[in-house]
Amino acid sequence: MTYLQAISDGMRQEMRADERVFVMGEDVGVFGGAFKVTDGFIDEFGPERVMDTPLAESAIIGTAIGAAVEGLRPIAEMQFSDFVACGFDQLVNVAGKMFYRQGLSVNITVRLPSGGGFSGGPFHSQNPEAWFMHSPGLKLVAPSTAEDAKGLLIKAVRDPNPVLFMEHKHLYRRVKGDVPEGSYETDFSARVARAGSDLVVIAYGAMVHTALEATADLDGASIEVLDLRSLVPLDEEAILASVRRCSKVVVVDEANQMCAAGAQVAALIAERAWEDLDGPVVRVATPDVPIPFSPTLEQAVLPQVDDVREAVRELLEY
Amino acid sequence: MATETARTDPDVPAPPGEHLTLTDRTGLLRAMLSMRSIEERAMMLYRQGKVPGSFYDGFGQEAVSAGPTWAMHGRDRLCILHRDLAAHVIRGVAPARIFAQYMGRAGGITGGRDGNVHFGERKVGCVGMVSMLPDMMLVAAGLAMAFKLRGEQRAALTWFGDGSTSRGDFHEAMNWAGLQRLPVIFILENNQYAYSTPTASQFAVDPVERAAAYGFPGVSVDGNDVEAMFEATRQARERAVAGEGPTMIEAVTMRMHGHAAHDDMKYVPAEQIEEWRRKDPIDRQVRRLEALGVDVGALRGEVKAEVDAAVEEALAMPMPDGKTATERVFADAPALLEDGASRWSGF
Repeated sequence: MTYLQAISDGMRQEMRADERVFVMGEDVGVFGGAFKVTDGFIDEFGPERVMDTPLAESAIIGTAIGAAVEGLRPIAEMQFSDFVACGFDQLVNVAGKMFYRQGLSVNITVRLPSGGGFSGGPFHSQNPEAWFMHSPGLKLVAPSTAEDAKGLLIKAVRDPNPVLFMEHKHLYRRVKGDVPEGSYETDFSARVARAGSDLVVIAYGAMVHTALEATADLDGASIEVLDLRSLVPLDEEAILASVRRCSKVVVVDEANQMCAAGAQVAALIAERAWEDLDGPVVRVATPDVPIPFSPTLEQAVLPQVDDVREAVRELLEY
Repeated sequence: MATETARTDPDVPAPPGEHLTLTDRTGLLRAMLSMRSIEERAMMLYRQGKVPGSFYDGFGQEAVSAGPTWAMHGRDRLCILHRDLAAHVIRGVAPARIFAQYMGRAGGITGGRDGNVHFGERKVGCVGMVSMLPDMMLVAAGLAMAFKLRGEQRAALTWFGDGSTSRGDFHEAMNWAGLQRLPVIFILENNQYAYSTPTASQFAVDPVERAAAYGFPGVSVDGNDVEAMFEATRQARERAVAGEGPTMIEAVTMRMHGHAAHDDMKYVPAEQIEEWRRKDPIDRQVRRLEALGVDVGALRGEVKAEVDAAVEEALAMPMPDGKTATERVFADAPALLEDGASRWSGF
């Protein structure tokens, strides 16, 4: 099953099992979604539970919040994660602060097709995770495998809090894997994608695959890859355990470097694992530029396999 | 559709609405008296330094929240704005908890986590506002969407100000609600000023006229007549639960105090204030009820005693423990809206 099919499967399972769950978004119904994640849903669940909405991201999130506090469990799709900028206020100021202020839980899942690598240009390629990591009250997960995509999606739908589900567009059809049948939840915690002892590469989403490929055969070095899976909550103990095992750390972000998730990981290690380190924490991330369109430009900014390999080699030699 | 009830002469008591009993009419006055009394007392507490931050009130706008809330069923839902305190009172929030809210005490509705009028008691079906206006129009539309999806005969109501109509969420909510024919009531609280900005600098077209462009009716109502506000909302709710879609009600009123306690409102002409003072919504309802033989003096005494006791109770409440500030950012279990009081005799 592909990563995309796993997301669909997770949503379908939840919609079959729980009539409170429904999906809403631009072109998700008749058209089946810009990426076909909800293909066929309208036939099975009808137009009320597979709701084609106006082109209005603030309204999609705002009305999802209203439906949620009344007991429904909406899954709202942003057609591209970039467009969540238009729904930012509803997420950050209404959803994120609702429970803290008045004890009212907001059970919404917002799906955010994110990431670059296919000439989407400056408005269809972003990784906006950090915007929301900085906003209290929002959970944020980012699966890298098909199995986790389904399990994290199901867990997100059942979580009484707002959960942003970052699904990487470049993994939709590129990543396949065995996915358990039926319903299961994947914890909002990190996962060791490959165990190792000389150095750990910490990543999430598409960069997990970049990290695995970059370090598959690296002069016999034993390289661990830690897949964060969840950014809020951040699995601090798993990160610190990896650092203790490996003593050298490369943190990879596909997002722009400034204040990215990896910056928080690096700060955590600096604060709590200084004594375990045998070298500086090295970061590989997209420089602070808009994601350019042309393939040569885009590849020049998004972390590539060679970039990660080079960073790992340098640190191994430190 | 709601009748044209605006521009009535404030000095001539309107005949009793056929849908309101004397108990209803007295209840409406009592709610307005409570609101004014609570807010006047809170302003004193603010001046005494017991209310941190600032203080916002709805002096002169009491009818705008009292009338509509009276017309809503306890299973309906409200998203309440900052000059609509009577809505909380009518739904059943104890005045002591409101004072505690203003003072940032542990016993306030938000337990000190948010201030002044930024609150909604979920256990009586109310969602608290955020400062970004009019965000709650979308949340109200979402509540209505839930009712529609579940086939329930319920409605959602929210207030928003004249300034709110300039923001995009106003458009998104109006369009969405019209498109889906949602059981939602939008009350435009036109109090003539958004902070210091008069409506003449806010919009070229009166927002109530825009409702038609979204496919549903907009009516302009005398916002200082609590019974007119009740009646317009009652009709709008009837439409809503009958599946006929949203209604926008413009409550024409006046902000009689500054935007907040610090604002001396020098930008408002004195004659404008004087003109509106003669239209005071409480005075008008008092005249109506006194003509019907209601002992308004006794009612005032009752409200004052209640407010006195509430202030004492709130002052005795502790401040929240600073160590709890980082707790309960996330919910461990669902905590949803519950039902409030249904006050109207028609229910």
